[in-house]
Amino acid sequence: MISFSAVAKRYPGGQEALKGVSFTLGQGEFAFLAGHSGAGKSTLLKLIPAIERPSAGTVLVNGQNVGALQKSAVPYLRRNLGLVFQDQKLLYDRSVFDNVMLPLAFGELGSREAARRARAALEKVGLLAREKANPVQLSGGEQQRLAIARAVVNRPLALIADEPTANLDTESAATILEIFAAFNQVGVTVLVATHDEALIGRFAKRVLRLAKGSLAG
Amino acid sequence: MRTWLRQHRQAIAAALGKIAAQRSAAALNAFAIGIALSLPAGGYALLASLRMAAAGAPLEPQLSAFLRPDAKRAEAEALVARLKGDARLREARFVPREQALQELQATEGLADVVAALNRNPLPDAFVLRPRTADAAALEELARELRALPAVAHVQVDSAWARRLGALAGTARLAIALLAALLAIGLVAITFNTIRLQILTQRAEIEISKLIGATDAFIRRPFFYLGALQGLAGGMVALAILWGSLTALNVGVSELAASYGSSFRLAFLDPGDALAIVLFSAGLGWFGAFLSVSRYLLEIERI
Repeated sequence: MISFSAVAKRYPGGQEALKGVSFTLGQGEFAFLAGHSGAGKSTLLKLIPAIERPSAGTVLVNGQNVGALQKSAVPYLRRNLGLVFQDQKLLYDRSVFDNVMLPLAFGELGSREAARRARAALEKVGLLAREKANPVQLSGGEQQRLAIARAVVNRPLALIADEPTANLDTESAATILEIFAAFNQVGVTVLVATHDEALIGRFAKRVLRLAKGSLAG
Repeated sequence: MRTWLRQHRQAIAAALGKIAAQRSAAALNAFAIGIALSLPAGGYALLASLRMAAAGAPLEPQLSAFLRPDAKRAEAEALVARLKGDARLREARFVPREQALQELQATEGLADVVAALNRNPLPDAFVLRPRTADAAALEELARELRALPAVAHVQVDSAWARRLGALAGTARLAIALLAALLAIGLVAITFNTIRLQILTQRAEIEISKLIGATDAFIRRPFFYLGALQGLAGGMVALAILWGSLTALNVGVSELAASYGSSFRLAFLDPGDALAIVLFSAGLGWFGAFLSVSRYLLEIERI
């Protein structure tokens, strides 16, 4: 599903964020991307939806060479990926429900089917009762769950999450991880970046460990 | 196809929603555009009215030769035959004095004057249309005619018409220049409005792009917003023009009536009015296009 081979990323300033990164994540696999902040986790995740392009090496997503992708093809790549951002990137000028509707606006679904899907996604993350609320009224954990609902509403092949539990207490963090595990069980590939070793320890999953831009072990 | 239609419907709804949310700003914008557009539109309407009034005037060179009042009809008819044979003339028309009086009577504003006359003061005349418009050749022809014993006066009629034509041409050019300048202004107004709108929706655009929205999808509501703003501006311009012409016509028709004329400033014909509204909408669309394209370039890295 996701395959890196000898990937390097150098930023314009000359700073080398990634070097010689190779790994393959199969369809339906669950993996943690571990490492200290500054190890290159965010950069690695950004290469998958073509937010950044690799300086060297190839990134394959679902058989497509992401680094060579036409600019106009990028949106269609992203629709197959569910992205959960470190800062959630919710829209605070609209309801919880409308936040989840956002990715469906440019999809193929009619509005009734879209609304049905949005409610189904909210139900899976336990936020259906809050659909009319504004994201500001939600707790940190709830906001993160809302971000996940938005990421999965288009039924992506893979979920890519960058520090989804960074600002959450242990219990909320575990809830988030359980939600990811539930999606993984129905066949969604999951890659979660985190620096929280305790959390990684609680889930017996594959761990990709980044240090100074290289994969260890 | 259905998806495409739905997305356009949603984009229009989004644009209308934004206008509704900022009614006063939208109204001010429409006024700014409308006032800017009403100037060239008004100039165009005035010119069209003048052109209609001057439509009867010949722009081709024309000579009038008036015979002496005591010239005999036989003399005149001999002259007709001679002039009709002249290779330099395209047409030679004899206007007997009775016919000239009738024509004068039919002319706007002069009916009362003619009715007041108790005898026909007009001479027999020829209206000649030379093949050439060359001023020297016309002058030569006029001199020859003046030398004829039966001819009292020769007048080269086309000069004032040509002057009017040149004046109208200059006015048209001035209006075109004004229209071009104000069109640029309109694009700039839309550019800025859309830019502000984009900045208030920065987060939405950025997130949409991150989760798979195409540039076309992001652009669409702004295009509609720009076009709708232009459309509203065009309609304001027409309203201003209509109001101004109606107000002006009170004075104009009074003035014209004092000359026995029913001349009035005419509103634009429906085709021109529609063209102005569509042109304005098009410029709004273009301003939005420039603005969104620029913004998308700025955030291209996302």
